[in-house]
Order: sequence, then C-alpha cells, then structure tokens
Amino acid sequence: MSNKKEWPLWEVFIRGKQGLNHKHVGSLRASDYKMAVDNARDVYTRRSEGVSIWVVESSNLYASDPDEAASFFEPADSKIYRHPTFYDVPDDISHM
Amino acid sequence: MSEISLEELQKKFQNKIDKDVKIEPRDWMPDDYRKTLIRQISQHAHSEVVGMLPEGNWITRAPNLRRKAVLLAKVQDEAGHGLYLYSACETLGADREQTIDDLHSGKAKYSSIFNYPAISWADMGAIGWLVDGAAIMNQVPLCRCSYGPYARAMVRVCKEESFHQRQGFEIIMVLAKGTPAQKEMAQDALNRFWWPSLMMFGPNDAESKHTKQSMDWKIKRHTNDELRQMFVDVTVPQAESIGLTVPDKDLKWNEKENRYDYGKIDWEEFWQVVKGNGPCNEDRIRVRKKAKDDGLWVREAAMAFSQKRNNKAKVA
Amino acid sequence: MNNKLFEYTLRIADDSLILGQRLSELCGHGPILEEDIALTNISLDLIGQATNLLEYAASIENKQRDADKLAFLRVDKEYKNSLLVEQPNGDFGSTIVRQFLFDSFRRPFFEALASSTDESLAAIAKKSLKETKYHLKHSSEWVIRLGDGTSESHQRVQKSIDVLWRYHSDLFYEDEVDLALVSENIAPSFKEIKKEFNQHVLAVLEEATLKLPDNNWEFTGGRKGMHSEHLGHLLAEMQYMQRAYPNMEW
Repeated sequence: MSNKKEWPLWEVFIRGKQGLNHKHVGSLRASDYKMAVDNARDVYTRRSEGVSIWVVESSNLYASDPDEAASFFEPADSKIYRHPTFYDVPDDISHM
Repeated sequence: MSEISLEELQKKFQNKIDKDVKIEPRDWMPDDYRKTLIRQISQHAHSEVVGMLPEGNWITRAPNLRRKAVLLAKVQDEAGHGLYLYSACETLGADREQTIDDLHSGKAKYSSIFNYPAISWADMGAIGWLVDGAAIMNQVPLCRCSYGPYARAMVRVCKEESFHQRQGFEIIMVLAKGTPAQKEMAQDALNRFWWPSLMMFGPNDAESKHTKQSMDWKIKRHTNDELRQMFVDVTVPQAESIGLTVPDKDLKWNEKENRYDYGKIDWEEFWQVVKGNGPCNEDRIRVRKKAKDDGLWVREAAMAFSQKRNNKAKVA
Repeated sequence: MNNKLFEYTLRIADDSLILGQRLSELCGHGPILEEDIALTNISLDLIGQATNLLEYAASIENKQRDADKLAFLRVDKEYKNSLLVEQPNGDFGSTIVRQFLFDSFRRPFFEALASSTDESLAAIAKKSLKETKYHLKHSSEWVIRLGDGTSESHQRVQKSIDVLWRYHSDLFYEDEVDLALVSENIAPSFKEIKKEFNQHVLAVLEEATLKLPDNNWEFTGGRKGMHSEHLGHLLAEMQYMQRAYPNMEW
C-alpha cells in the first residue's frame, strides 16, 4: 500500500478532569478528525481517564529544536530573580 | 555552530543515560540504539496484537456473561497496548504500516508463546496467570527504560495489565476448586503452559547476544535468567496454594540460595517455535494478514472520503 | 402482565446479547487496530446491557433461572431477538450497516423507554441510551465514509443495505405483548420511534450518497422465536461450555 493511502498520525491530548490542562498521552491513526476523536476516546479513555479530548494531526505540530536546547532554555536558568525565593524577607513578616 | 564529533555525541548520549536522563524522540541517538529499540518495541507490539488471537478464540465461548465481558475487555486492552507500542515505535521513525508488513512477511518476531494453541477454557486462566505474569516481570522494569516514549507506554501498559493477571488467576483458582473435571482442566493447562512461559524470557544469558549492550543503554534492566528466576520464585507458591502441581520433577526449593532450582528448558523446542515451526505460527500470521487485507478497502475508502471532504471544504 | 413484561424484557435483552456476541467474534480481526478497539467497546456495552436486562427478566420470572441461565441455556425458539442482529458479520461494511440500522432504532427506543412507568426498565434505558447515542454516532459516521468513499466501498455498503434492509421491520414488530404494555405506559409505542428511525436513516444515507432498496419485501419472526439458520450456529458456539459442563461455577 502506498504511503498516501495510509491514514495520517494524530497526537492525542486528554484533560483528566475539569480544571486540569490537556496533556499529551500518545498518538493514533485516523482518516479524519472525527474518527481521530472517536478513536482517542476508545484507545485512551477506556478507564475514565478523561473528560475532554484534543487531537492534532502530527504533521501540524511544530517543535523547538533539541540541538538548540542550550541556547533556547539555559539563559532562563540565570534569571533567578524571577523566583520568589530570591528575595530575603524576615521570618516574622506574614502574608507574603 | 561548531561540528561535534560522533564520538563526543556518543559520549554525551551515554552520559545522559548513566544519569537516568530520558532520551526523547528528537534527541541525537546512535543508529544502533534506534535500530535495537525499533526491533524491541515492535516485537513487543506484535506480541500484544498476535496475543489477542489465542484468547480471542474463546471470547465467543466464554462460560458466563461476566467472564465474557472480562475476557473481551482484556483482549481489547491488548489491542490498546499494541497501539501504544506502535505509537512509541513511530516516534523513532518506524512507520506502523511497514512495521506490520515486517510481521506478516516473517521478518519481525513476536513472543513465541502465542504460537501455542488455546484449546480449553482453562487456558484463558493459564494465559492470564502465567503468560501475563511473565510479561509483567519483563515490563515493570521497562517503565524505567531510557527511551521516554517507550517508558511512558510501559507505565500505561503495566497499570492496565494488573487486572489481566488477576483475572487469569481467578479463572484457574475457580477451576482448581471446582469439580474433578474442572480441576483436571486447570492442571492440564498448567502442564502445557508452564514450560513455554519460562521460555518467554528468552535464551539463557550466555546465549543472549544483545543483553550487554541493551543493559548499558538501559532498554533492558534485568537479564533473561534473572527475570526467569523471579518468575519461578513467585509463581510456584501460587500454584501450590491452589493445589496444582508445576510439571517439573526437578523443581525444588534451594535453601542456601533462597530460590527455587528448576529443571532444564527444552531449547530445541524454543528455537523451533521461534523459527516458525510451532503449532500455530502459520495460523496466527494468516489471521492477522487476513484482517489487514480484508480491511484494505475500508482504509482506502476512509482516506478517499477525507480527501473528498477536504477538497469540498476548500472549494466552499 | 408479568408474563408479558418478562417476554418484552427478553426481546430487548436478546437484541443486546446476540449483537454483542456477533461483534465479539470480530475482536482481533478489525480492519485497523483502532477500529478493532471501537467495535469491542460497542460489544462490551451490549453485553453489559444484556446482563442488566436478563437479571431483570430473571427477577420477573422468579423461577430459579439467573441471567446466565437465561443467556446460555435456552433453546433457539426461546430467544426473542430481532432477525437483524443475528445476521453474520460479513465484511466490515455489512457489520457497520447492521449496527447503523440497529442503533438508529435503539436511540429513539431507549429515549422513549427511559420514561417507562416500570422503574427498572426506565433506569436501564437511561444508562443504555448514553451508550447507544455514541454507537449511533460511530456507525453513522462510518456509513457516510464508506458510502461516499471509493466506488468499491460505495458498492459494497449499498449491497449490505439492500440485503439487511429487509430485516429492519422485525425491530418494529408489535403484537399483544407490546400492546398490553403500551396501554400501561410501560412500553413506548413504536409509531414515533419508527418516524425518528426513518428520518435519521434517510438523512445519513443521503449524506452517504446511498439509497434504500426499491424492493420493500421484508421479514419478521424473531420476536416470536422464528429465526434464520444463523442463530443456531451462534448459540452452539455461545452455549458450548454450559452444555458440555452443566451445573458448574466458572
């Protein structure tokens, strides 16, 4: 069978319960988005793992380049002043 | 960016693994690591899917409504597990279609246990108890393997498998406590599945050519013989507790080593079955291939439909 | 009245049981792994429904027969499922068309049965309705894909409609059992249900570029225990363990 006829790959994201983010759980094959949602329901929520499903065709996902991870992410490491622990506040000050 | 030498990349890679940092799909990895993983994960996926057949064989004949539902849900889980694993495999660039074609052409292997026939209802018990039990021994450590998508798939699989072994043991236990005919059925299943279950862990360590490298890469966390021993040690008391006899006259408790000594495995049988000469090899592949071939027009239709609708949407 | 209620409950239960059994034959043989899992889910829902309904039937009958005895130890003529659900799976298109016709009936049926004055039936209908709505969505989407897919798929699925349509009337078969229960507001009348069935079937077929056969010839008989040759084989397989090893616990 030629590649063109093979169903595209979809990435599946599930919201575990109301109030949580959708989280990536895996992928599956489907010919269209309706089928992708149906299949995601049967493949990834058989044990009540979710209340909402997102599917995205894998070819539509764009990602950061792992080879650039150092220049991409490490500069944030030195900006420790963005974290509350950077600041000295006396112990007897409350509500802060 | 300056050129990094292959050697340096390999060093960095092994460093990550040694520090238990997971490897993710788009990270650099040695070709052999990728190849070995594809082989291992796809074999595992095929085992799940082919493994549906011996049990699927009894769904329509399950003895009551509860057993029917449980078995159906269990075999369905195996399809799910196959899917999780094919997904993990695809992250390594191994197309599912091609992977499955390799199974059908005989190029790819699957667990040899599924080439044994399931000929009685008790076999549903033996498969769940022994075969899933052996699989779990293998799979639990793989939840910590170095490749992220594989480890995550295994976490999911292990969580779901925990009911599989229990339902199998329950079936066997009910039979072992049942009428003489039922007890005989249970013992017969144990007799037939015991040795093939031990073979599931693969050849002895001395014969196993991939073990050392795979352990260094942390895509295998225990040797075949270690896992086999663990399996024997936990399973023998389970059999005894329900009054069944493990079919090994050399089996005895070794006080000094704090483990069971067990008899010699018939490796000739193992290799014959692996090479395709087991009782069900041809049937299993024929059935899987038929499912794929019969589904071709369906998959084509769905794709054609999707393309038509996309075109319609573009025109509108 | 209890006899009629028992009979009526069996008819609903056996539809679920026999179709669940048929679909369970496909586990491990689906056209693609994802759909294998989907069909198995439907089968599991149906066997769950059958279990609930047969337990209720057993309690109505009150004769030391439990749900399993009812499921596995009746003879052919005592099964009251419609002829549609016992038809063999055939190709995937035929499996889907059978499912689609059945779901198109079951959705409005359970919707109406959910307001039955019989609380047990109403409760089972409410639970089953949720499952059935999903089944109908799934089977309708597939009918549309296959109907408007390739010329091969169109032909195959049209053929399945031509063959299976003749059994749809059996779903709506009505006799003194139904009529008595309708008058008590236990059973819903089929009139409205049939209207909704027709509307949905026609709408989906139109989108799928398919049509109903010109030939209106139809069969009934399932509700009276008059079945096709296929049921006997299905039962022989399903009942094997209970027949070969009677009176044992599993």
